[in-house]
Amino acid sequence: MRYSAWKVLKEGLTGHTGWEAAFPDPDPKPAYDVVIVGGGGHGLATAWYLASVHGITNVAVLEKGWLGGGNIGRNTTIIRSNYLLPDNEPFYELSLKLWEGLEQDVNYNAMVSQRGILNLAHSDAQMDAYARRGNAMHLAGAGGKLLDTAGVRRLAPYLNIDDARFPIKGGLWQERAGTVRHDAVAWGFARAASSRGVDVIQNCEVTGIRRENGRVVGVDTDRGRIDAGKVAVCVAGSSSRVMAMAGMRLPIESHVLQAFVSEGLKPVIPGVVTYGAGHFYISQSDKGGLVYGGDIDGYNSYAQRGNLPTVEDVAEGGLSLMPMIGRAKMLRSWGGIMDMSMDGSPTIDRTDIPGLYFNGGWCYGGFKATPASGYCYAHLLATDTPHPSATGYRLDRFRTGHPIDERGAGAQPNLH
Amino acid sequence: MLIPHPLLGPRDAAEFVYLGDAGLLERPVVDDLAGNPAILGDTATLDAFHEYLHLRTNPAGVHRELWFHEQGDRSWLVVTRDTVTHEVTGCELATDVVRGDVVRDGATATGPAPA
Repeated sequence: MRYSAWKVLKEGLTGHTGWEAAFPDPDPKPAYDVVIVGGGGHGLATAWYLASVHGITNVAVLEKGWLGGGNIGRNTTIIRSNYLLPDNEPFYELSLKLWEGLEQDVNYNAMVSQRGILNLAHSDAQMDAYARRGNAMHLAGAGGKLLDTAGVRRLAPYLNIDDARFPIKGGLWQERAGTVRHDAVAWGFARAASSRGVDVIQNCEVTGIRRENGRVVGVDTDRGRIDAGKVAVCVAGSSSRVMAMAGMRLPIESHVLQAFVSEGLKPVIPGVVTYGAGHFYISQSDKGGLVYGGDIDGYNSYAQRGNLPTVEDVAEGGLSLMPMIGRAKMLRSWGGIMDMSMDGSPTIDRTDIPGLYFNGGWCYGGFKATPASGYCYAHLLATDTPHPSATGYRLDRFRTGHPIDERGAGAQPNLH
Repeated sequence: MLIPHPLLGPRDAAEFVYLGDAGLLERPVVDDLAGNPAILGDTATLDAFHEYLHLRTNPAGVHRELWFHEQGDRSWLVVTRDTVTHEVTGCELATDVVRGDVVRDGATATGPAPA
């Protein structure tokens, strides 16, 4: 069943009796060519691109919980491609281009809204850094525009522009960035992949990774053994726990990141605004709620909830950037678990164990990467070679001295 | 979270800076560096330092980790904390742990804490 305006009209006139389930709920088969561990955004995107680009459809996606219940439903929905380093920028630009065509590709309304992102600068040095970053973006075809104070004032006059301590000197504006309805991304990829024959299996927890003669041959689950030609782990947040089943230690720590939503307000924020003098970013959802966040809590955690000092810290950042939100009430907050890697960059790579592949380490930038992560992971699984946009995301880059340290913080995950 | 500082009593975790796994106390020892500087390029040495610097066990459960009391007495602490519940079950001065003054049943300086 294809979704279309005509279908909506027809169902509206016939009492909405013709809608089918968006995707089936199959039981696992005994064997697949590829088993993807983790039915988050990245795993489902991988399944979709395996099926649609590479024609590999004998694929299962195993999800411990339910679709949209993990990090794909816990992020702040921002998409952008305003990176600096040559190992990152082409990859995130590929992702943004895939976002731009995603809804037509998977025939699902994910509410992709290119409303722009504004990174604010508060010093001359920061303006220089943003000029350099903007040039790197242009080299990758991502666009971008350096704004002066007047330019920022035109976009967002209510910001604390003339602040004595952190005056806003300008900002880097990427018009093509924006927001997406995040759980619809999971549903859209799941529906599209299912329509090509992929089994999306919820409530199926992987409990072991089976090996024979050194090669990975399948997984044990709480719903029985499943054989696989290739096992593709894609469980950012829990990567260390799953890869430990194969005896691997990763360059990753798990940390909790909190996010917040205010009560619904009239439209005021045009796109996404990020503070340059503290860690705070904010956008406004289509329902009117202010969606905002800041730093990770900073200590290893699998709790999916954070502590109050970080709530206070984020609120302070928000008030110093945008004093008017002090009157808005915070409606809810939640936490998600991040794979914080040693250089702040992800990994999409084979492992030393034949048949076992790894995708993880997305820190708190995984959502925007969802389509490109799936696209490049599918490419790796289908061809056993990295996609040209993701050649830097190797698992051994720390051992060989090629980290991708966008923040320049070194091997301390809670600083990235 | 409250950190039960061995000298100062319970302190707000916001006073501390977090470094990470207490395994960072056990930096690999390079034997005879002065006599054999080439040892730093040795594969086994590089592997040992790579493992020390970059790889983490990252457990879901009991975790021994380093906290620095930056807004307090500026001591380094080894805190035993559950990463699933955030419950803190132990706290020692890192200097005591390194010197081996802290004796726990069958545990090494940075090994798993007793259940």
